[in-house]
Amino acid sequence: MTATAVTAAQQAPPPQAAQPPAGGRGQAAPPPPVPALPATMPAPVTPTISATAPTPDARVGLRAGYWDAAQAAWNMRLVSNTPPPEAYRGITSSDLAFTGKYVVQGNYHGILFWDVSNPTRPVLVKDYVCPASQNDVSVYKHLLFVSSEGTGARLDCGTQGVPEPVSKERIRGIRIFDISTISNPKYVGNVQTCRGSHTHTVAEDPNDKEAVYVYISGSAGVRSAEELPGCADGNMAENPETSRFRVEVIRVPLANPEKAAVVNYARIFNDLAPPPRRVEPGRGGAATPPPTGATPPPAGVTPPAGATPPAAGRGGRAGGPPTGPNQCHDITTYPEAGLAGGACGGYGLLLDIREVAHPVRMDFAGDPNMSFWHSATFNNDGTKVLFSDEWGGGRAPRCRAEDRLEWGANALFTVERGKLVFHSYYKMPAPQTEWENCVAHNGSLIPIPGRDVMVQGFYQGGITVFDWTDIKKPIEIAYFDRGPLEDGRLTSAGSWSVYWHNGYIYSSEIARGLDIYELVQTPHISQNEIDAAKTVVFAEANAQEQKRITWPPSFAKARAFLDQLERSNGMSAQNLSAARESLAAAEKATGAARRSALEQLSTRVNSQVTGSSDQAKMKMLVDALNELAR
Amino acid sequence: MLIMTRHVLRTMCVGAVLVATFTVIPIAAEARQLPGDPRPRPELVRQPYSKADVEFMQGMIPHHAQALVMCGMAKPNGANAQLQLLCERMSISQKDEIAMMRTWLRDRAQTVPAPDATHMTMDHGGMKHDMLMPGMLTDDELAALRRARGKEWDRLFLVGMIKHHQGAINMVDVLFKSHGAAQDDDIYLFASDVFADQTAEIERMELMLASLGGGQSQ
Repeated sequence: MTATAVTAAQQAPPPQAAQPPAGGRGQAAPPPPVPALPATMPAPVTPTISATAPTPDARVGLRAGYWDAAQAAWNMRLVSNTPPPEAYRGITSSDLAFTGKYVVQGNYHGILFWDVSNPTRPVLVKDYVCPASQNDVSVYKHLLFVSSEGTGARLDCGTQGVPEPVSKERIRGIRIFDISTISNPKYVGNVQTCRGSHTHTVAEDPNDKEAVYVYISGSAGVRSAEELPGCADGNMAENPETSRFRVEVIRVPLANPEKAAVVNYARIFNDLAPPPRRVEPGRGGAATPPPTGATPPPAGVTPPAGATPPAAGRGGRAGGPPTGPNQCHDITTYPEAGLAGGACGGYGLLLDIREVAHPVRMDFAGDPNMSFWHSATFNNDGTKVLFSDEWGGGRAPRCRAEDRLEWGANALFTVERGKLVFHSYYKMPAPQTEWENCVAHNGSLIPIPGRDVMVQGFYQGGITVFDWTDIKKPIEIAYFDRGPLEDGRLTSAGSWSVYWHNGYIYSSEIARGLDIYELVQTPHISQNEIDAAKTVVFAEANAQEQKRITWPPSFAKARAFLDQLERSNGMSAQNLSAARESLAAAEKATGAARRSALEQLSTRVNSQVTGSSDQAKMKMLVDALNELAR
Repeated sequence: MLIMTRHVLRTMCVGAVLVATFTVIPIAAEARQLPGDPRPRPELVRQPYSKADVEFMQGMIPHHAQALVMCGMAKPNGANAQLQLLCERMSISQKDEIAMMRTWLRDRAQTVPAPDATHMTMDHGGMKHDMLMPGMLTDDELAALRRARGKEWDRLFLVGMIKHHQGAINMVDVLFKSHGAAQDDDIYLFASDVFADQTAEIERMELMLASLGGGQSQ
């Protein structure tokens, strides 16, 4: 048996009713540190709407408060703030996943299931006590995956922790729940791993419809072999079987999720990591021995190709960095592009995941300004990737005036023939206090056609919306921020992660619960662009599993392109106004008349492409019109 | 099975100190409340913590403080631009973390080392000896670093700081192998961050060191 073949079959958890057991944090609760909720929660502030952000920056000098901190909003609106249920207050809320009308929110104390049918009033349909850090969540059909890394997490979801350094009660890995009935989640299994799971990524394999895959990312140390047989520490040269320098690939059979097990230990770091002291100066990089010694898979599963050695002789990289990462914090998969971005400690990796069970490294980037590569987001075309740097781990105040704008920021790259090419940095620009933990964290694209727009959480630095279409010059176009949780003391709070999903923006506020926002029409984003974004609907969504955005044909989309052409001066005022009139007339018409009007407009715009300074957008408009005509 | 409330635990820690023949107390021990420090908030302590947790925090403060001393030399001793940048960032990180560790200890009514305590005192049956945490530079090594200039400083610094960081990682390993350790989210996350950040930083410094050794221009 190998380390990771421990499955739920052997270690089935008791029913939820069995806990919490006596003692521990469940019962011996000291006075709650969290102030009582006010009788009425403060109303969302009315956003300022303008082309340029107000000066001085409205985010500077906001009054502190747990539930009633002052707010600053520019070009976006807070719709609702729903505090966590009482038992979860004062405990970190973590990541979000989306399924149907529900938002699943991780919290170090358990998992919260919100019905968000009415975004002004989310309703908690279930809370499931099951402490672990980070309890990051992902959904796939009827399954929910939850990451467990902290040493205090128990297999039985008990709240009493695991004080013994070696214990069979501990879980570090992935828990699997059946959420067919969301109000009654069933804990069906788990997979233990040597470094636990800080976060994880769900990946679909088009060639294996019976299962779903989970990549485990972990940045913690290795467990003792006594606790989980087969775990081994050390670097590759000392110990080719080491549990470091690898990503675990778990296969979860959909019909039998309790049989989930690790099927591959992808050695995507190989050759990045010849130990430096062994590099003889002037001789170029010594290659690491081939990773053939990867631990064999559990019996009864497809044998892995074992390691996935990167292409040999990587051109100019022969000297290579003498050392490399041995872990990834986050891996964002983008299956439709066949790509994944690995944010792996000291490096950003570009992975080829066309073979889902066998990710292969294509390229990597290092950057002296990046402290800790934390997560990756691709643009929709898969031609750009943004890596964020979680300098300080998210619990430090790294947005003070003295913290450089290129530190704790995002680094923006284009993907050119499988290589990463750096262009610029972007960081939420407003200086924050020393009482606000702040650094780049999780976010998602906002599906505005024709542009690369993203929303991202910076913890207590708030939420920033920025446009990175021009990758050399990313610009902020909206924000929301609150004052510190406390004045005179740094207590962790703010946006852990924020994602656009089906028309709204959802943020997991570490201390304050679930925030829901919406975009408003501004000089930077027109109503047509918002309407077009709202035509994109996903039945489920996970933070680290990027899906190709496709826009169904809509008049909003065509109008969004016209608005963009107006902004870029890619169309003359006269042509623009004529096109808008024709489009409005076409929308009023029906059947063949509509089709013919759209075709005429398409032909006309097509004839104007050559003379335009924004030909790419003109072509998008032509395509949008043709789609509508069909 | 160890299930501890805050109160029980504190009693246990005190008990442990009483019976121990070997205990470690940082020099300048009582720097509990300096101007600008957040006031203690014992009511925020909701999770159990152990003697190993407390010692980890108390030991990591002088450990970090020495990194600040080393980095403070970068500019005056003529470090290369890349190292000055690394040191600027490292100093910010470690200062923040010292503040966080001191707050953590203050909230739990533990001995709070001064932010600039760079040695530990080992009390061995009443005999006191100075002691360094794992990976810390000795006074001689520190003096050699202080004397070095330019490229020689860069090299000594990198060798020293890699060892220093490795020491911090070892301290995390020791912590996680201890009974009752890191059940508290704050300390688990902090220790994990030390592990992850310093691992990444070692990678970066080894790269820099190799480029020095390779004789590439600065």
